[in-house]
Order: sequence, then structure tokens, then C-alpha cells
Amino acid sequence: MLGKLSLSAIPLDVPILVGTFIGVAVIGLAVLGAVTYYGKWGYLWRDWLTTVDHKRLAVMYIILAIVMLFRGFADAIMMRTQLALAYKGNPGYLPPHHYDQIFSAHGTIMIFFMAMAFMTGLMNLVVPLQIGARDVAFPFLNSLSFYMTLVGALLINISLFIGEFAQCGWLVYPPLSEMQFSPGVGVDYYIWAVQISGVGTLLTGVNFFTTIVKMRAPGMGWMQMPVFTWTAFCTTVLIMVSFPVLTVTLALLSLDRYLGMHFFTNDAGGNVMLYLSMIWTWGHPEVYILVIPAFGVFSEVTATFSQKPLFGYKTMVYATCSIMVLSFVVWVHHFFTMGAGANVNTFFGIMTMIIAVPTGVKIFNWLFTMYKGRVEFTAPMHWTLGFMITFSIGGMTGVMLAMPAADWILHNSLFLIAHFHNVIIGGVYFGYIAGMGFWFPKAFGFKLNEAWGKRAFWCWFVGFYLAFIPLYVLGLEGMTRRMNHYDNPDWYPWMLVAEVGAIVIALGIVCQLTQLYVSIRDRNLPENLDLTGDPWNGRTLEWSISSPPPAYNFAVIPDIHGLDTFHTEKQLGLKAHGKPLAPIHMPKNTSAGVFIGLFSFILGFASIWYIWWLAAIGLIGIVATMILRSANRDVDYYVPVSEIEHNEEVYSRRIAAAQAAE
Amino acid sequence: MAHEATMSPLAHADDHHGEHHESPNVFGFWLYLMTDCVLFGSIFAAFAVLRNQFAGGPSGKELFDLTNVGIETAILLFSSITYGFASLNALAKNKKMVLLWLAVTFVLGVSFVGLELNEFSSMIAEGNGPDRSAFLSAFFTLVGTHGLHVTCGLIWMVVLMVQMMGPQDLSERMMNKLACLSLFWHFLDIVWICVFSFVYLAGVM
Amino acid sequence: MKKLWRYLPALPALMLSGCTVDLLQPRGPVAEMNRDVMVAEFVIMMLVVVPTCAATLYFAWKYRASNKEVEYLPTWDHSTAIEYVIWGVPAILIALLGAISWWSTHAYDPYRPLQTADNVKPLNVQVVSLDWKWMFIYPDLGIATINQLDVPTNTPLNFQITSDSVMTSFFIPRLGSMIYAMPGEQTQLHLLASESGDYLGEASQFSGRGFSDMKFRTLAMDPAQFNDWVEKVKSGSENLDDTTYPKYAAPQEAAPVQYFAHVQPDLFDGIVAKYNNGMMVDKKTGKVMHMQSASNAAPSDTGMKE
Repeated sequence: MLGKLSLSAIPLDVPILVGTFIGVAVIGLAVLGAVTYYGKWGYLWRDWLTTVDHKRLAVMYIILAIVMLFRGFADAIMMRTQLALAYKGNPGYLPPHHYDQIFSAHGTIMIFFMAMAFMTGLMNLVVPLQIGARDVAFPFLNSLSFYMTLVGALLINISLFIGEFAQCGWLVYPPLSEMQFSPGVGVDYYIWAVQISGVGTLLTGVNFFTTIVKMRAPGMGWMQMPVFTWTAFCTTVLIMVSFPVLTVTLALLSLDRYLGMHFFTNDAGGNVMLYLSMIWTWGHPEVYILVIPAFGVFSEVTATFSQKPLFGYKTMVYATCSIMVLSFVVWVHHFFTMGAGANVNTFFGIMTMIIAVPTGVKIFNWLFTMYKGRVEFTAPMHWTLGFMITFSIGGMTGVMLAMPAADWILHNSLFLIAHFHNVIIGGVYFGYIAGMGFWFPKAFGFKLNEAWGKRAFWCWFVGFYLAFIPLYVLGLEGMTRRMNHYDNPDWYPWMLVAEVGAIVIALGIVCQLTQLYVSIRDRNLPENLDLTGDPWNGRTLEWSISSPPPAYNFAVIPDIHGLDTFHTEKQLGLKAHGKPLAPIHMPKNTSAGVFIGLFSFILGFASIWYIWWLAAIGLIGIVATMILRSANRDVDYYVPVSEIEHNEEVYSRRIAAAQAAE
Repeated sequence: MAHEATMSPLAHADDHHGEHHESPNVFGFWLYLMTDCVLFGSIFAAFAVLRNQFAGGPSGKELFDLTNVGIETAILLFSSITYGFASLNALAKNKKMVLLWLAVTFVLGVSFVGLELNEFSSMIAEGNGPDRSAFLSAFFTLVGTHGLHVTCGLIWMVVLMVQMMGPQDLSERMMNKLACLSLFWHFLDIVWICVFSFVYLAGVM
Repeated sequence: MKKLWRYLPALPALMLSGCTVDLLQPRGPVAEMNRDVMVAEFVIMMLVVVPTCAATLYFAWKYRASNKEVEYLPTWDHSTAIEYVIWGVPAILIALLGAISWWSTHAYDPYRPLQTADNVKPLNVQVVSLDWKWMFIYPDLGIATINQLDVPTNTPLNFQITSDSVMTSFFIPRLGSMIYAMPGEQTQLHLLASESGDYLGEASQFSGRGFSDMKFRTLAMDPAQFNDWVEKVKSGSENLDDTTYPKYAAPQEAAPVQYFAHVQPDLFDGIVAKYNNGMMVDKKTGKVMHMQSASNAAPSDTGMKE
């Protein structure tokens, strides 16, 4: 009846997990209680959970990403603490069974549910606004994508309290992840969480590609597109080409596990290297899926806060596109040690190094954007400068790893771990946080606190170096990744330094939370309010409308005459539009996404535990909801002119008030 | 309201420019098909790697019955033609004929899936199921994925037929849906031709 | 407290003194090449990275908004000359690194046998990765060990590597390059130890619960000492053959060192063949052989208490 599920699946014997569960339960109940107490369930359901508004979905994505950041970081600091203790016969406080789940979960959560969710959130918030669109091409699919991501995140976190998570790394390499070596439900949790969220990501890719191709404001040609939109565009291409490969790879692994097939098994002709090849065909583009939008953020931030146009816009676009293409011909560099021929290794090594050229060009472009500018040291600009330095170093170690002869000794070492954290924290994370600070006023109508933002930056920046320079050294001292304990006295002091680094990063996260708290508390102070919708003297279309924008974004779709049209017109003192208003056709909110998400959760959870009747209910529920949705004709409405006029008037008054205050 | 609601009313929103964007639905669906193409491509790649891993089990030569597969192929190709008739009649707004041709397509599709299931079950009954060897795993997965797609297409077809009889009629929204299913159906044909050539023909040669 | 801060810059040096930085202190030609390539890359990349980081800080500071004295070009966004430089310089450096990559990857391909000046006869070692220990078979000497690899110095070492469990990676940092160990496959690696010593050997690919203790000592010694060691092993009594192999191959954490005085000659081939439907390609003749023998039984938990 309940498949593999029984009471013994609940790890009551692990005090850390029991404590975590109590903590999560208390916070969860407090939130639910607060919503009930203030009577906000209706508001939450109507205006947020069922929304198809890209701006609100963006906020929900980013909240999810921040919550997942806590989870992923908790894993990180637990690992660092374990390794700061588990030296010379001391087993530490995490036995391998638990520790192996933690490092697997850390990678999976940070990539799929922190970084991907954050990236999708930023894209959701900014892309339609930058291209002058009223929403994305498929608003309902957008909501569905969010719920798919959420369900994946839920599954992975439920594995904490019911059963176990995978114990074979964040890419679950077979044959270790096969039934023979991992008979538990951990790998199944991994598969279903990643598969379900992968569907969401794929839909996001299709959705945003269509949006960018089909829904740009009139006059906005390809070379008039803001850089962030360009990077988002490249990311959607990468998503559409690489995520189906991930889906297939994990599907084949699940066929091995569920139906006893032999794709990646040791016996009956299975081929492990096929898995490595396939997973990295997705995996390498994946890191560019994450970092390319961050490059877009840095481009917007540097140009805006240097009070100059971006240096070499076209170069930036070409560099981004060449990175996009090159990212598909480098995957073998993840297993130079497989024993492939010298020609194969050289080809993939050199291709990988070539990526450093367009990436270097980008760094120089940002450098020359500051040149002869007027650089304002806002918090987003801090993150950007920190990125330029950190990423240069990370890029350097990346090129070192790209050389097969060096990779043969650095592969799987802590040097590698330091390298990819160097580019993922220094590139991706810094970028997303810069983007969050930059666009926060657009989403909420008030700015984030600068002082706490800068404190957070310094903690992260210093903490990063403290935590990861030791890992570079440890790699050179021959320490491999994923070790649970060790007895080499040379490694121990570095592990202590790394632990201190992790604690400093924790302080950075505390600063970020404080920043959110202080900003919300002081949101109505005049210096924090964003009345004009253009707090940074911005260059692109999203700054031409009020903050937060109305549901339909643009009362009148603007005409575009070139790059940074909004900024040019602002400089010339032109009024952006004086065109007559017309009723605006908008999509209605829908609960279909919530229900499909719910049924997907049931399907995933039931399949993990082999509860087949429940899985059937989940599957039938998904199909039924989709059919009902497709039969629903009441999916849209018109915003009347009177309402638009009213909103525009309020906005004009706010601008006037802001001007009077100056 | 002049125009019907589509999944995305937004692309229609700026009529006052005199531009009428075509529906993004068909474009978006076409994109989805491209991702599906990558999906099949990956399974084909896995099949290519594992095609000789018989692990002592039977090879394609011993297993495949080209007559049966030939009939399946003919049925599927013919169903594309009948779907084409449905599309033509949809353009002519001849609802009855659309329903008729969709029904014919549906019957052909069901027979295809039936024949495939029959092939699978006899192979499994002889002990040559997907767990026999890596080659058979790849074979069942590749052909099965195609069959699953056809099955989804059939469910979709029924839903559209029912909706067409109801209030949605041959509205613009319905026309878009028919166009998407048409793309899907023809796409599956193309995939099947690849399956037929690379799996069955190459396996028997 | 103040005084302590003064010593802070010396801290890294202090921490490194007396430490072995394995990858920077090679004990063989392969590892030397690995190190040299790595260091060369580092230096070449530093030629760009250092100026870039310096320029970032300098530009940001010089063109700060409060500095109204420097020139401000609010619309300047293009310079063909700069574009040439920023594409050209990285391209040249990458071309240089690419050339190094081509040379080093070919010259030190792990599959390429090494030769010494005096043409010393290479030592063959067959490596089997197990859960969670390493088995070393010396096919020409008829002996084997678990979790300890003894090798003569200045002798080319020809490793044939496979796994009888999950995929792992065979790595002796101070001797250089690593190669995956995969079930049903034979990979090759050619190393040489130029100095005697006791070097860390490890599995660098995560392989499950006992992974952290999947280490072995590599004892490089001069050939005479090595011969003595071989004699010592041969004087033992443990046998490694089809009947005893499953017992020794059973999963075990932090396995102790073991010596085997006699090894069944085709044991390694049998382990590889086990995952290939009993088939095994003879590397010398290219012929496919059918292996009758060899550990058809998967390692079981029996015999854990050895």
C-alpha cells in the first residue's frame, strides 16, 4: 500500500535532523499563523499564488532562491565544520552516510534551486520590462514553470525528514548511483526533484525565447536590445538545447533503477562514460546558463553607475553569443582523466581555453565602461567590482584546469572545488545580488539599504577568499574532494582557515537579511522611496515606468529608435509618449499551475517510494488539469482606459512630488 | 471582443500600431518541438553507443520483423496524410469533415500503438525485454519514447475533438491548437522514419 | 594583539613551511611536467590577470563620481583600437597556451610508455580498484598487495587499471597524472618515481561510504631494496586466486595492507572480463579471448572479518 515507505524512513535517530525539523516546523507554523491572523489567505491566493504576472512570479522565484540559499549554505557550513574537526582519528560529527548526503544536496540545491531560481527570477522581472512587453508570451506556462521549480525544491527538502537524499554527488555518477550500489531512495529523490524542476526550466526557456523574439516593442531590432535581454536570450537558447539532454540522461538512469535496464550499469553492456558524456553535455552549458545573465546584470550595473553607455555593446553581444556556442564543445574537459586519446583531449582543452577570450573581452568592456565615467560606489557596483577581480582569478584557474596536462593532477581535487566556487560565487552569486539591489526598487518601489548592502558585500568578499584560497592550496597539497575525514597534518590548518571563511560568509548572509529588514522598515523614508520609477538615472525601458509597475507594465507601448532610447530621450528632455490610451488585453490569473504543481508533487513523491496507486492519481491529476485548463475560455480581460488613466495620473503626481522635493 | 482569447492575449495588445502579430503559440510550440528533437537526438545517441552491446543476448537481426514494422510505418505515414485532410477541412471551416478525418487519424494512431505494444509484448514474453542487454534497453527506450509521444498525441486529439464539438468550435484558438497538433503529428512521423532507418533497417542489415 | 597582526603576512609562509605541497614538489618526470605546465600557465595568465585587477581598482577609483577633475565622456562607448587590443591580447595568450597544451598533452599522454636513458625494463602493475581499497598485482613477479604500492625508482611503471566496483580514479599526486578506474575497462597510465620516498596514493573519484580511507602508500625504493621486498612478499603464504579473490574483494573500510605471495596469472583479465560477458581483448594480439575463470561471483560481504 505504501510502497517502500514506513515509519523507519523518518530519521528520528539523527538529532541534527530532528532539530532542523522542529525549526522548520516552528517557522512554517509561524508564517501560516501570521497569514491566518492577518486574514491574508485570500490576498495570497488571488494576488500571488495564482498570479500570472511576471513581476510577481519573479518575486516568488527570488524568495524561493533565498530560502534555498539558506539551506544550501547550512549544508556548506556543516561540511566545513566537519572538516575542521575530523582530523587525526577524530570522526567529526557527521558520519559518511550523513555527510555524503550533505555534499550531494549542497550542489544540487545551490545549482538547481538557488542559482537557477534566482536567474529565472531576475529574467522574469526584467526581460519583459526591458523589451517593452506587457508580460511574457505564455503567462500561464510561466506560472507553471514556477510551480515545477517549487515542487523540485520541496521534494529535495522533504528528503531531509522522510528517507534520505542521494549520497553520490550532485551529478549522481553511475555506477555508484545504480540500484546495485545505491539501493535507497536518495537517488530517486534526486532524479524526481531535478526532472520536475527541469521541465519548469525548459518551459521557461521556450517562453522567454518566444517573448524576446516576438514581443519586443516596435523599432527594437536585435541590436537595440538591452544587454541583459541579450544575455537572457542566449541563456534561453542554452536551456532549450541542453535541458532535454539532462531529461534524457536522468530518464535513462531512472529506467536502469526502476526497470532494471542497462544503460549505465556495470554489466550487460552498460556504459558509464555515456552517462558522463551526456550529463556534461548538459552540465557545461548549464554553468553558462547561470553566468551569462549575471554578465548581463554587470553590464547594466556598470553602465548605469558609471553614467556612461556600455563600452563596446556590439562586442559584448558577439562575445556572449560566442560563449553560448562554445559552451557546447567543451564538455570532455570534465573527464580528461578518462583515458581518451591525446587529440581528443587537446581539442577539448583548447576549445575550453578559447572561451577565455570572449570572457576576457567582457571584463575589459566593463573596465572601459568605467573609463572616463563617473563611477558611483553603490552596493550593486561593489558587487560588480568584487566580481571583476574575483572572476578574473577564477577564470585564470579555469584556464589552468583546461590544460589536460594540468587537469591530470588537479581533477577532482579541492583546487577544482575552489575554482568553480570562485566563478560561481564570484560570478553568478555576486551578479544576482548586484541585480537584486539594482532592480529591487523597480519591483517594490523602494530601495535597499546601501550601508547594509556594502557590509554584506565585504563579508562575502573577504569570506570568499578566506574560505576558498585554502582550498586552492589544499588542492595543490593533493587533497581530493568529498572526503569525510583525513589525517594529513599539512591539511588541517588550511581547513581551519576555510572554516573561518565560511563563518565570515555567514555574517554576510546575516547582513543581507538585516538589509532586507532595515529596508522594509524604512521604506517610506523619502530617500528610500522610488517615486519617479527611475532611481539610478537608468538607461533602459524598465526605468521609464512607475515602480512598482502596473500589472500591464506599459500604458502605451513605447517606440524604440535605438539602443538606450529611454536614456537618450531623457537627456533631450523628450516626453516618451503622448499616444492615446486604449484598453489593454491581459491574461487572468489561474490556479491551474498550482494544481499541476500539486499533482506533480504527488507523482514525484509516490514514485520515489514506489506507491504506484498514488503515482497514478498524480499523473491523472496532471493530465486532467491540463485538459480542463485547455477547455477554459475565460482566460483574459481588458483593462479599461479609465483605470489606465487613473494609474498614469497617480504616477505623474508622484513624479511631480519627487521633483518638488529636489 | 473582436478576437478570441489565446493562451497569450498580449501579443495582440498593440493593435493600434496596425501590426497584428501572429499568435506566438504556434511559434512557441514549434520551439518546444525543437527541444523534443534534442531529446530524441540524445536517445538516438545513446542507442548509437549501445547498439552492439548484446551481452550475449539477441541482436536486432534476430529480433526484428520488418513486415510488422513496415505495416506500422505505412500506418503512421498514412495517418499524417489523413491529418493533412483534417487540416485542409479546418481551413475550409468544415467542422464535420475535420472531425471525420481526425477520427480516421485517431484509429490509425491507435493501430500503430497497438502493433508496437504487440511487438514489445512478444519480445518480452520471449525473455528479450529491456533488462536483457544494453542494446535492448536502448531499443525499448527509443521506440517506447516515440510510442509514448504518439499516445500523448492521441489523447490530445480526443480532447480537441471533444472540445470542437463543444463551445470552442473552429475558433482562432482551436485553429491554433489544431496547427500545433499537426506540427506534433508530422514531427512524430519524421522521428519514426529515423527510428525505422537507424534502428530497424540498420539493425537487420 | 597588535603585535600579532604584524606577523599576519608571514602566516601563509609559516603554514607552508614544513608542509608538503605535493603537486609543486614532484618526484618523477610526469609530475614535473604537470607542475611545469601548471606553473607556466599560472605565470602567463598572471600577465593579464594582475593588470586587469589593478586597472579595475585604478579606474574605479580614478573615475569615482566625486572626482570632478578628471575627464568625463558621457557618450563615449567605442574605440576600435581598444577593441583590437582586448580581443588580440587574450587571443595571443590563448594561442600560446594552446601550443603548450598541444605539446604537453601529446608528449605526456598517460597512455604513452616512458623510457629511461639506460632503457631500464619497465615494471608492469595491474591496479584493481575495489570497495574501498586498492589491489596491486605484479603480473611479472607473481605477487600482489592490497593498499600498498612498492615500486623501484628510475624504472618506468606501466599501470593497467580497472575496477571491480564503481568508477574511481587512481592518483599518486607526487608522481603525476591520474586515470579513471572503470569496471569492465582497462585504462593505462605510465609513471616513474625518480626518488625514493613514501608518497600518498589515493582514489580521487568519490566512490561511496568508505571513500575517505581509500588511500594507499606508495613506497619508492632503489631497485635492490625493491628486489628484497619482492622476496619478502614471496616468502609469505597468502594466495590470490579465483577462490580467495571474492573474500579479499569484499567491501571493506580502511583496509589494512596485505601481501600475496602467489597470484593466479589471469586474475586481472578475469576481473575485466566479468563485466564484458566473459570476453577479454588481449592487448598484445588484439584477439578476443573467452575467460572461463575469474571471480564470476560478485564480491559478497562474506569474509569481511579478515
